[in-house]
Amino acid sequence: MENKVKREGAVIFSEYNRGDAVKKAISIGREDVLFELKESKLRGRGGAGFPTSTKWMLTAAAKSDKKYVICNADEGEPGTFKDRVLLLEYPELVFDGMVVGGYAIGAKEGIVYLRGEYEYMLKSLQDYLEEMRKDNLLGKDILGKKGFDFDIIIRLGSGAYVCGEETALIESLEGHRGEARNRPPFPVNTGLNGKPTTVNNVETFASVAHIVTKGGSWYSQHGTDKSTGSKLFSVSGDCKKPGVYELPWGTTINELLKIVEADNTKAVQVGGASGLCISKSQFDRQLGYEDLGTGGSIMVFNESRNMLHVLKNFMEFFVEESCGQCTPCRIGNVKLLEGVEMIEKGEYTFNYINKLKELGETMRISSKCGLGQSSPNPFISILENFKEEIFNNGKGGK
Amino acid sequence: MKENKETRAPESQKGHTIEKPKSSEGIGSMVSIEINGNKYSVPLGTTILEACKQNQIHIPTLCHHDDLCIAGVCRVCLVEVEGMRTLQASCAYPITHSLKIHTTSPQVRRARRHVIDLLLSEHYGECYACVRNNNCELQSLAKEYGVDQFTFGHVSAPLFEEDKSSYSVVRDMNKCVLCKRCVRTCIDLQEVGVLESIYRGHETRIGTFLDKPLADVICINCGQCINRCPTGALKANDPSDEIWLAIDDPTKHVVIQTAPSPRAAIGEEFDLGPGHSLTGQMNTALRRIGFDKVFDTNFTADLTIMEEGTELIIRLYKALVEGDKQIALPQFTSCSPGWVKYIEHFYPEYLDHVSSAKSPQQMFGALIKTWYSKKEGIDPANIVSVALMPCAAKKYECNRPEMVDSGYKDVDYGLTTRELAQMIKESGIYLPEMGKSHFDDPFGDASGAGLIFGATGGVMEAALRTIIELVTGVKVENVFENMNIVPVRGFEGIRYAELPIEKVGPVPEILKPLVPNWDWLKGATLKVAIAHGTANAKKIMEDIKAGGKFSECHFIEFMACPGGCLGGGGQPIPTSQEIRAKRAEAIYNEDASLPLRKSHENKHVLELYNDFLTDGPCGHISHKLLHTHYTPRGKYIA
Ligand SMILES: Cc1cc2nc3c(=O)[nH]c(=O)nc-3n(C[C@H](O)[C@H](O)[C@H](O)COP(=O)(O)O)c2cc1C
Ligand code: SF4
Repeated sequence: MENKVKREGAVIFSEYNRGDAVKKAISIGREDVLFELKESKLRGRGGAGFPTSTKWMLTAAAKSDKKYVICNADEGEPGTFKDRVLLLEYPELVFDGMVVGGYAIGAKEGIVYLRGEYEYMLKSLQDYLEEMRKDNLLGKDILGKKGFDFDIIIRLGSGAYVCGEETALIESLEGHRGEARNRPPFPVNTGLNGKPTTVNNVETFASVAHIVTKGGSWYSQHGTDKSTGSKLFSVSGDCKKPGVYELPWGTTINELLKIVEADNTKAVQVGGASGLCISKSQFDRQLGYEDLGTGGSIMVFNESRNMLHVLKNFMEFFVEESCGQCTPCRIGNVKLLEGVEMIEKGEYTFNYINKLKELGETMRISSKCGLGQSSPNPFISILENFKEEIFNNGKGGK
Repeated sequence: MKENKETRAPESQKGHTIEKPKSSEGIGSMVSIEINGNKYSVPLGTTILEACKQNQIHIPTLCHHDDLCIAGVCRVCLVEVEGMRTLQASCAYPITHSLKIHTTSPQVRRARRHVIDLLLSEHYGECYACVRNNNCELQSLAKEYGVDQFTFGHVSAPLFEEDKSSYSVVRDMNKCVLCKRCVRTCIDLQEVGVLESIYRGHETRIGTFLDKPLADVICINCGQCINRCPTGALKANDPSDEIWLAIDDPTKHVVIQTAPSPRAAIGEEFDLGPGHSLTGQMNTALRRIGFDKVFDTNFTADLTIMEEGTELIIRLYKALVEGDKQIALPQFTSCSPGWVKYIEHFYPEYLDHVSSAKSPQQMFGALIKTWYSKKEGIDPANIVSVALMPCAAKKYECNRPEMVDSGYKDVDYGLTTRELAQMIKESGIYLPEMGKSHFDDPFGDASGAGLIFGATGGVMEAALRTIIELVTGVKVENVFENMNIVPVRGFEGIRYAELPIEKVGPVPEILKPLVPNWDWLKGATLKVAIAHGTANAKKIMEDIKAGGKFSECHFIEFMACPGGCLGGGGQPIPTSQEIRAKRAEAIYNEDASLPLRKSHENKHVLELYNDFLTDGPCGHISHKLLHTHYTPRGKYIA
């Protein structure tokens, strides 16, 4: 996987010194931190795009003796590697963002849930936390602010994709099988150990650090009206320059393809395995919550790719990665995969494929968590957007 | 009467329960909602499912069970909540603000149908070849949703081997729908924790520790998981084929003893509502089927009271008068084989507290192949002894290697209520229409004290009826109205009672060899406790470990199953708090109607002591036949 930052934009990679956000937060106070966040219109960078200020305000408002700030560094979505870059190269942004989070919501404990495969960076991250402790950016009475105690520990994940889902992540932290919980209650009220908890993506915390330092309106100048700021995209697949790009929201797929130097592109999967796959005719679509919202995974496929194989890979992934607790996801994904295999063999009827698409629609609204709710996305979008290739090149339905 | 729902597994293993405010009174505690266009008002925190139920709106469910915490995994009970992108599992959605709900919109119906189709696609087996035919929740759902084809295919061959290793519970994962009711039963309701989801994704299934056979893990055989399984994935290990063979073999003398709880529940298998006692009808049916003799386990329940009560008096005398520090108190009951296995695994260091008296089933077994066979001149080798029990664990109990004190296997087969109902049906009998008949001699009819063994608190009440009279010389009915010792009744998970002994009477003949007088009990207060469901048992055990109030008790009744034996793992399915309460009512009503209601007044029992157990309760003969020992098992799994 490509580890290089290929483009540094004006927001995430703008100037920042360790501790800036924490100092600023303490000087403006808790309420103003939340206010700036609201001004910024920041939405969660983990994929779902939930407004971060709302989440924090709810956690701040929840009454409890204990609260938690959790940084979701599970980065399990196929094709994403931007969180790794942030953690490796800009840990100050992520950790300062967490400290600010602790300050804003009134938590004393922060936990980084680090993807198991990232164990190699554990030591350096821990060393970094140790430095922060020395600088009193962690620990007791942070930067002299009486009663502002906060510390961060790092916990390693166990390699399950679903553990990136926030409630499954919490289950996993509690030492259980990684299975999504029922919602409500939401983690903001009943999270880790039953306590109010805010779970945010690595990039969300990094954005917070800038927002608090430079102001919410500074942040919302960038991007579009509903998608403020910028976004890190992890670009992989058929292009000359795969890697991490900071681009303003609103960038079109065409523009992105040019930047990453992709030729002969046939398809772009936006949002990882659970995202949507779009074809050439849609490449003028914009990245952003108005149109193509995403956690940042962009996979480029050129004309040489067989879209049915692409789809099959995605479906195999979900069949394995479903936590297996709820019916639509556990069995539904198998049925969708079987459908793909039927098409592969030319042994299908359009009637049955349509039934599977309906099943996909059901999975989207009836699965317990985001995994099953989004796993039909590639099935539905690839069969729709590449129907010529898939159904005409094959032997056709029976 | 409320079962204590607060008894729960470690916080971590609970699944997710919804907390409701304690009272529905007060401003702001009611929420107005709209269901299918009609307005309703419900207490804050009510789930959508409950709200619908309260207002006679049916919502299909599968993973939901009233006894268990919430799972929200099957996705059958989905409903539409206006303003939400996805459908919501109504069982898991607490109403905390005003909602507009649709329970049968097109997308809801389609989603439910999809879920059912998906479950059926992976459910191996044909309904007509299944124990749960006509009593299967998956089957009912398929019917309710008009399933007439397998939209997404159907598995054509079994994927898993049945696990028949356990004497009590058989697991067939080919029929499992992964509702996790068994998991929640085992972890949450019983706090045993044998079952858990294993593997991931499509490979997910319910398994044991290291996927070992059930016989090799710390299963206590209570069978509560069977009672809550919606399909035929869990069933009891059915011995009826062997029993039929014995019945059809003219050289065999086949006798059956029947426990108190099956008679109070078997009507449910014949579509009577819960709460009908069919004692007399069942006796007639058993003879029709071909059992040579029909005995009443209540007889040995009375005997248990004599033995266990005497043991308690001996323990108390040794501890209080002789100052023997080695004596283990409180004494624990031993009739529930699920409880016995539980304590063997979880608190083996407390096994000396468990009464050495065998359970009524095993006492009966030992007597049938000794006293009875001699009296009747039948070679015990030709006796086949069957025990009709509400219980799955009794199957294991009768197969314990130590249960051979008669020189033979004391009880050959443990048969459940469900299995007997099946045998009755196969014999072309409609049970409710049978004429009534009595139990056979020489054991005859037994006391109501033995009968109430079926309900939680019953053993304690039976023991108290006897102890009070033998010690104080005062008639129980003069102390408790109608002989009903109400303080020990009910469904609270844990109950505690104190009985001051103000005056004492003369020592009755039968106990004279053991105590000179009762003066040492004068002014004492007898402290007793009751727990049903092993989660509650665990609470008491932890309290005792910590030196809490239960460690001061003299006698504690433990039943592995919620509700006591009437809620046993061999009883008709379904089960619920209401059903168990009705069964208890049937048992208590029958007790109230009996002429004989105290164990020590059972003439046949006294005759037995005269005739056979000649050195009295807890004497040598009784010790050889009617008492046993236990095995400290711990949680170590080989
Ligand atoms: C199957 C699944 C996997 C997920 N994996 C991740 C992940 O690896 N990292 C992440 O930040 N969020 C992941 N999420 C989203 C989280 O549930 C959650 O929305 C997010 O951590 C919230 O942070 P944010 O508001 O800052 O985006 C995943 C969601 C689902 C349904
Ligand atoms: S949607 Fe899939 S991953 Fe999520 S709870 Fe259901 S089975 Fe588990």
